[in-house]
Amino acid sequence: MSKIDITQHVLVPKHSKVSEKEKKELLQKYSLTLKELPKILSNDTALKSLDVQEGDVVKIERNSLTAGKSIFYRRVAL
Amino acid sequence: MAKKQSEETKTPEEVEEKKVSPEELEDDEKIEGTDVAKSEEESITPEGEKEKIVSKEVSKESLSRAVVESTQQYIYKKVKSIVFGVLSPKMIKKMASAKIVTPELYDKEGYPVDGGLMDIRLGVIDPGLRCKTCSSKLKECVGHFGYIELARPVIHVNFITEILNSLKCTCRECGRILLSDDKVKKTVKDLEKVEQTEGLDARRDAIKEFIKSLKLIQKCPHCKAKQYKISLEKPYTFKEQEKTIGPIEIRTRLERISDDDALLLGFNAKVVRPEWMVLTILAIPPVTVRPSITLESGERSEDDLTHKLGDIVRINQRLFENINAGAPETIIEDLWDLLQYHVTTFFDNEVAQLPPARHRSGQPLKTLSERIKSKEGRIRHNLAGKRTNFCARTVISPDPMLGINEVGVPLIVAMKVTVPETINTWNMNYLKKYVEKGPAKYPGANYIIRPDGKKKKITEETKEALLEELQPGYVIERHLLDGDIALFNRQPSLHRMSMMCHRVKVLPYKTLRLNPAVCAPYNADFDGDEMNLHIPQNEESRAEAELLMQVQTQLISPRYGLSVIGCLQDAISGNFVLTRDLQMSREDAIELLCNVGVFDFKRLPNKKLVNGKEIFSLILPEDFSFKGKTKSGELVVIENGQLKEGVMDTHSIGGEGEGVLLRSLHKKYGADRTIEILQKIFRLGIEVLMKRGFTTTLADTDLSSEATEQIQSTLDKAEEEVQQIIQLFYNKTLETFPGRTLKETLEMKIMEILNRARNTCGSLIKKHLDKTTHTAIMAESGARGNILNVVQMSACVGQQALRGKRIEKGFKQRTLSCFKRNDLSPEARGFVRSGYKAGLNPKEFFFHAITGRDSLMDTALRTPKSGYLYRRLANAMQDLKVEYDKTVRDASKKIIQFHYGEDDLDVSKTESGVIDVKKIIEQV
Repeated sequence: MSKIDITQHVLVPKHSKVSEKEKKELLQKYSLTLKELPKILSNDTALKSLDVQEGDVVKIERNSLTAGKSIFYRRVAL
Repeated sequence: MAKKQSEETKTPEEVEEKKVSPEELEDDEKIEGTDVAKSEEESITPEGEKEKIVSKEVSKESLSRAVVESTQQYIYKKVKSIVFGVLSPKMIKKMASAKIVTPELYDKEGYPVDGGLMDIRLGVIDPGLRCKTCSSKLKECVGHFGYIELARPVIHVNFITEILNSLKCTCRECGRILLSDDKVKKTVKDLEKVEQTEGLDARRDAIKEFIKSLKLIQKCPHCKAKQYKISLEKPYTFKEQEKTIGPIEIRTRLERISDDDALLLGFNAKVVRPEWMVLTILAIPPVTVRPSITLESGERSEDDLTHKLGDIVRINQRLFENINAGAPETIIEDLWDLLQYHVTTFFDNEVAQLPPARHRSGQPLKTLSERIKSKEGRIRHNLAGKRTNFCARTVISPDPMLGINEVGVPLIVAMKVTVPETINTWNMNYLKKYVEKGPAKYPGANYIIRPDGKKKKITEETKEALLEELQPGYVIERHLLDGDIALFNRQPSLHRMSMMCHRVKVLPYKTLRLNPAVCAPYNADFDGDEMNLHIPQNEESRAEAELLMQVQTQLISPRYGLSVIGCLQDAISGNFVLTRDLQMSREDAIELLCNVGVFDFKRLPNKKLVNGKEIFSLILPEDFSFKGKTKSGELVVIENGQLKEGVMDTHSIGGEGEGVLLRSLHKKYGADRTIEILQKIFRLGIEVLMKRGFTTTLADTDLSSEATEQIQSTLDKAEEEVQQIIQLFYNKTLETFPGRTLKETLEMKIMEILNRARNTCGSLIKKHLDKTTHTAIMAESGARGNILNVVQMSACVGQQALRGKRIEKGFKQRTLSCFKRNDLSPEARGFVRSGYKAGLNPKEFFFHAITGRDSLMDTALRTPKSGYLYRRLANAMQDLKVEYDKTVRDASKKIIQFHYGEDDLDVSKTESGVIDVKKIIEQV
């Protein structure tokens, strides 16, 4: 079996870890608790190379039909 | 494991909880919760918010309603939590007010028997009688539970899986859970953590998993007893090593489970003990739940539940007698089994392996589960589905003379459906007029309502007295008048535009009428469609309807940001004809415009002959400028309210996401003005056609011999080309497309050639077609039909496709027996060369019928499927909302989207989803 890095696939959007500071700002901006963020499973293949733990927030940049580029945040959950 | 409430939960209504589906939840609440409604409010009370409010709200407590109403004092409390549990035998006895011992219902005099199923201690259903328990009359008494002591325990079918799980997970000897003590501790901790972090649902799932893991353990870790496999033989027999374990044994085993162990299996032992799932005492629902009906003949017809309960009581008594008389075990077993059957069907008459209990006529009894379940059940029919007064439903028909925001209401309806108006000193005389007329003459009134809430019918006799009595504060329910506000709706209501607010226009005859321009948002036609009309009954609802739901406000669809309402069919043809090539005398033009509702002719050029563009321009606002394109791509230019260039067609004035002109009118002049203009444009189109005449004829599809020749030769050529390709295929010299087989390539190529041939025909016909024929006008303006339809009529119907391919099935390797095997020619694979007018030959006709039936089937099957798909989607998204920070969130404020639609655009404020910055700059 050859190793396939799915993050290189065209259909997989860019995932990146959000720093603690940015995370705080994000929660502040939308006046959110961590629970109100959408989830992403910690064993999601897209997170493999990211070194994230439960409670971290992941930023996802997608190409959007309507807006060109859209930014989405998810919290890592078990 | 439902809500663990720290507060005292001596809920009288101990209803089941466990991992039961919502429907079942309600089910038991309904069964057991009826007579406890009264005390419920006290026990589910919060410590918090206790407010005393004097309000007119009707209390749930119907029992002492009269008392409460007289004092007008209400205690408002907020429900903090609801606990669901299972009724314990003790509880059943406690809440019961009668023990039922005899299956007889009435004595010779027709009076309910004491200890019978209609015992008056269980509530009253006869007028005149008083309840023995609460001494209130019919309708005041909500009824009281009774109970039966079962001679032998029976299993409650709805808990079968829970019983099975409990048996499998606990030791058959000592009753402990099949887990060592340390592991138990750990599991308890784990479950608590899951509940805290992820909530109850997750805890339930975790318990399910946990139970699964326990089932395989074969030795009790506590007493080291060997465990055997327990299996369930449906519907309700449990077997261990091929031996049946009866309800008594099951009950003793369940009794041995400790409260702590039960918690691990998902039972909150305070409200559900496992052994309560095996019934020893059966609660009898109050008679008010199962009222009997007196037939015209004076005979009594009992409710299905009463019938079923009668069976249970009868068998139960027989079982008692047999046991006491020391009858042989087999007879007792048989009776016991019968009792189990009756109790089972009492709860659920649709258990898979059981024959349903039936009436003598053969129709199955409707017992408890059937009352709750499915579409006709209590939940979906009575709770989720409600019915209203002040509404009407009939067939609809079109009336273009009606305003777009009007609805034509038949006179008969207008006299039945009323509007309440409160009398004050200023409108006294005006309202008295209606009372004087009474209910039988049209602008009259049906009822007056006194300030104390008493409703009086107005009749010829009472009229005089009522007129005297009237004074400010009285309410009069007067007939519908022109201009009243009504909600108009057509199902399925998939849109917010499916229910809009219209102004009433009272008309003769018996159909509801609407302007054809609003057919599009309702998706209505007039082949027998029916629609509903609702009349809001107070100022608040009227204001809301008017502000939020009026047709004007719904003009721009939030789906694509263009007008949903617009001209259609004749209105488009008419404007097309007018703006393209009509000329008329100034007098005729003025007459035309008067009919439309335009009376200001200053802007009509002062010359003998005016053209259509000038007439059309009169409807447009003076300062309106617009640049657009017609359907065929020509320029449309409007400058300062003058149509300078181009013609009006569906692209400019059509509905359903087409009318670009309407969109820019809306942007500049607002909804009300647009509706007004649209109305005029619509009427103008129709008036033009009435003046000019418009029809369609077979001769419209006639082609010149030259055209026919050209078409025939293109078809010939195409067929020849196909023949060549087939030859290439057989010679294996055909070049295959990447990712396709040779056969697929061939098919694709053939399809392409034939399609191209038909398109060529299309353009040929377009070239040769007389543009003045009405068929051509309709196709070109987009009013109805297109060139392709004309081609199909006059030249060639084209390839009949079945599931995206040419027709290939039917006979062995051929489509019809008149072809050679493996004939790949167009003719043998469903290419219809003839047109509808010339007629199809038998083979072609047959192929056409194949696809015709297929598409009919397809629509018949797809509509309900996609309807259900949409319903699920709509239900899933029903409480999503765009918040002020432009995020989309659900009811618990969880984020669904960070930016609404990813671009934060309100589509209804855009033009087909985009904001054209250039255009805005140009206009500024």
